[in-house]
Amino acid sequence: MTKMKLTAEEKAILDGSQGEVMAKILKTLVMFGEAVGATDFVPVKNCGHLVTSFGLKMITPVYKIMDEIIAAGIKAPYGFTADPRPIDYENVKCNPIEKLVFSKFMYSKQKDYEEQLKKIGLKDSDSFTCACYLDDVGNKPKYGEAIGWAESSAVVFANSVLGARCNRNSGMIDIFQSIACRALNYGFMKDEGRKAKWIVEVKTTKKPEAQILGSAIGMKVVEDVPYIKGLDKWIGTEINEDVISYLKDFGAATASNGAVGLYHIDNVTPEAKEKGKDLILSDAKVYVIDDHEIERVYKSYPVMWKNPDAKPKLCFIGCPHATFKQLNWWTEHIGQKLNEHGKKKVNTQTVITAAPAVAEKFRKTENYQKLLSYGVRLSSICPLMYTNNPLEKSKPIITSSNKLRTYSNAKYLMDKDILETITR
Amino acid sequence: MKEFKGRPLTGGTFKGEAVVSHVGFNTLASLQKSAMKAQPIICSDQNNPDLYGKPMTGKVFCLPVTIGSTTGGMILQTSCQMGINFGAMLFSKEADSLALAGLILAKNWEENYIVGVDKLGDDFLNYVKDGMTIEVTEDGTVKVYE
Repeated sequence: MTKMKLTAEEKAILDGSQGEVMAKILKTLVMFGEAVGATDFVPVKNCGHLVTSFGLKMITPVYKIMDEIIAAGIKAPYGFTADPRPIDYENVKCNPIEKLVFSKFMYSKQKDYEEQLKKIGLKDSDSFTCACYLDDVGNKPKYGEAIGWAESSAVVFANSVLGARCNRNSGMIDIFQSIACRALNYGFMKDEGRKAKWIVEVKTTKKPEAQILGSAIGMKVVEDVPYIKGLDKWIGTEINEDVISYLKDFGAATASNGAVGLYHIDNVTPEAKEKGKDLILSDAKVYVIDDHEIERVYKSYPVMWKNPDAKPKLCFIGCPHATFKQLNWWTEHIGQKLNEHGKKKVNTQTVITAAPAVAEKFRKTENYQKLLSYGVRLSSICPLMYTNNPLEKSKPIITSSNKLRTYSNAKYLMDKDILETITR
Repeated sequence: MKEFKGRPLTGGTFKGEAVVSHVGFNTLASLQKSAMKAQPIICSDQNNPDLYGKPMTGKVFCLPVTIGSTTGGMILQTSCQMGINFGAMLFSKEADSLALAGLILAKNWEENYIVGVDKLGDDFLNYVKDGMTIEVTEDGTVKVYE
């Protein structure tokens, strides 16, 4: 294994200069770093993000480590946000058996765990979202800044759209890096690790659905970096709210259907704008995506429902959490479709999820009242954690999220098909 | 006996019976049911035809890499705290970051840990079968007895 180069301060921490717990935290990072080929640490001077937001009963070692950290008086100096909460009984209805399973068996530690997180630096009680990088939430690293996150959809967004530097970390390694104010220097931290091994040529005749395009690319390139050409024709070259929404969903699909941690889009993402084709390795492979390929990928998804023709009982929109723009888009389009079908309310329990700060902003708008009148609920829950309940595995759930499809039995539908299904 | 050489990840030695997965091991899906009850591991991943329903606690677990949720590492650590862990994890490929994190978290924060060796090669995974006795030494040498 490669030996990491440590500073005198880091060596002293390992020797206990900042206490036994801090020494263990750094020792864990060094062991992990040497196994993955990290050369040294880079400083982290910004807000962290914790993937383990859920008080799952069984992860007792996490609670024990948090107790040790609290007892040692250690905190993440720049604070951190965390992934969404796993339960929201007010907006995502559960029957008594489901509630029992969630509250007593699965997430029985949620309240205690949140108390622990506050003590070690959780920004505030509204910090629970996977889309922490949105302006309304405010955990938005700058171009070139090193971060140590683990949430895969946030990592790929931060690397690609913001130009920050972050590896695809594991849970706990993320909070250790935030506490130590250091990230391991390997992979995406280095210029050579950010070069593309794939050229993806988008040759569709219309704007490709973000979720399917991301899925296709993720499944093809797996963990490699793709350089995507031809997408600027459909999304433009400016990173505005529409593009942020598109790339959020696209990136989450690349990261969950494959293991992509960074992509470049010609003329769009910051490093592609700055360095252009210099980002492409000379032996890069080529993947062409046309209408047929999008259709082939869409049709390849298995339906995991016991009865594939069952009527959906639940629809989740917003994984990763929806942007403000997307909340308005869904409200307007659900309204239009209901009108077309002569209906007043959706025919399926429908939940749109967004970060607490985004949801709060939206609740102050007229569209929120409209959304409620259509029978749709707004929540900040994590749909993934909700569907993790064994009772939900047999429930026919539809979703506009390819990430949720991948990690649950939910059936993915394109946005237009979701609209049609819930309003007809 | 056939010998293979890999990269030691956590140090330590272990001798035990092999259990083999030829596909990526979904840690959360496989251990969730057992860990919820703090009972010895019976693989609960229905998508893993090699392992589904098999006992795994105390075994020498041979696999390519782990896959699935980023909680995977913490679940491995949890199994160590509960004392229901594998004796060793032997990866044919380079261990993925989630499994690595789990092995290293357990090594540093729990009394029990899993002896880990990676980069053993495809030949290793093709050769080893359920029930074979495997001995793992400190330097990453893996001896497989038929």
